[in-house]
Amino acid sequence: MSPGSRAEGLSPEILRISSRKAALLLRAGLLRAIRDFFDSRDFLEVETPILIGAPAPELHIDPIEAEGGYLQTSPELCMKRLLAAGFKKIYQISKCFRKGERGNLHLPEFTMLEWYHSGIGYRELMTECVELFKFVAGECGSAGKIRFRNHEIDLERPWEYLRVEEAFERWSPIPLAKALRDGDFDIIMVENIEPRLGRNVPSFIYDYPISLGSLARSVPDDGRFAERFEFYVGGLELANGFSELCDPVEQRGRFRNDISARQALGKSCGPMPERFLDALGSMPEAAGIALGVDRMVMVMGGFSDIDSVVAFTPEETAD
Amino acid sequence: MYNASDLRKGLKILIDNEPYIITDFQFTKPGKGQALYRCRLKNMITGITFERTYRSVDSFEQASLEQRVTQYLYKQENEFCFMDVENYNQVFLSAEQVGDAKNFLTDNLEVEILFFGERAIGITLPNFVNLTVTHSEPWAKGDSVAGDSKPVTVETDYVLRVPPFIQENEKIVIDTRTGEYVTRVKG
Repeated sequence: MSPGSRAEGLSPEILRISSRKAALLLRAGLLRAIRDFFDSRDFLEVETPILIGAPAPELHIDPIEAEGGYLQTSPELCMKRLLAAGFKKIYQISKCFRKGERGNLHLPEFTMLEWYHSGIGYRELMTECVELFKFVAGECGSAGKIRFRNHEIDLERPWEYLRVEEAFERWSPIPLAKALRDGDFDIIMVENIEPRLGRNVPSFIYDYPISLGSLARSVPDDGRFAERFEFYVGGLELANGFSELCDPVEQRGRFRNDISARQALGKSCGPMPERFLDALGSMPEAAGIALGVDRMVMVMGGFSDIDSVVAFTPEETAD
Repeated sequence: MYNASDLRKGLKILIDNEPYIITDFQFTKPGKGQALYRCRLKNMITGITFERTYRSVDSFEQASLEQRVTQYLYKQENEFCFMDVENYNQVFLSAEQVGDAKNFLTDNLEVEILFFGERAIGITLPNFVNLTVTHSEPWAKGDSVAGDSKPVTVETDYVLRVPPFIQENEKIVIDTRTGEYVTRVKG
């Protein structure tokens, strides 16, 4: 049988999956580069359970139930318990699961890189993120410059740092306070702000309103904002980072708010993560970040659809 | 009734009592925010398009649309007349609504017409139609800069390029989606 006739005999599905070879090679190289980066900086690679009893209550993230518990939506809580136990610099590459999230930028099962660094704040963490991104780009053959979504993004020029409030002043049709009051913050982010972030150089947008602070501590001299940032390249959100909130009382209050907001929407809730809250009192000051690995492969390889960078989409494993 | 999570490309929904089709769709969720559904919508009557972002709490009425089989009867001034093959009702579409489909309409051709309630709003042709060549320039090898094809006119006054062996009064098959010649009708 000649190679040609063999190719003709292959199913469209086999051909489609084999067409992802370049993306999968890039992905493997990128994972290696991430590990090289952290190993050379004395971070410890850790693995925490994917099946957990209590995910962090978050208003807009729905966990998948499994065996009386939940599949992790991120490894955040377990990794912070390790920080509390004295592990100072840790990273993890793991699968995370979020129910119902499916689009050309979303998979309900995706790969997350999460790292925590004791003794630093979100500004130093942004710098570490720059260093990681440049290193990985270099290892993936995109040193200095990447092309993604018709943008040519220069990694060598100074990156953009923009407060959320400034971004609203520049591009939003309504002020930040009104957007928050009317529940329009997300729509304005998606329609007016995200498309403008990270077009010429990568962008950090930071100091989120405290009501969107999640697990971030508040800005010391301005309680209206939280030390939270997001990292964008070519309009695509790649990572979310915080100066971690270490106050168990404040954290419990935020979880309670999210739980009651979920209940008001008729959404189910897991139990309060008590073991995490107990550990939080012993956690040192630290900063942590979650970065979407699939999206990083998209950006490095110029892929516009997340389906192009995984071996199989969820639909391709459904029988 | 549809929920925002039902939205997808090709879905037809009602907005301000007019039917819209979703021509482009993107699920998105900005950093820890709510699920959002970005849609490009096309008004199925006017053809006007716009973009709108919906939230998961939004809900939508289904646009009730029906395809009915009709026969083309005749053209009168700026209107095309069809007959519903089930109830024999006459249906009129404007020249604008018919658009380029006029190039392929011959007497008694069966076409599907899209109704929004009682109102006819669009036409769907069969993918292939047979039309008779009414005029063809004589062709000599080497004549044409465009290679081995020549222009002909068919019975609807539509002009297209065909292979040089096609002669006047022959019937040819045309793909209505591309407007291009497919083959000669044999026999």
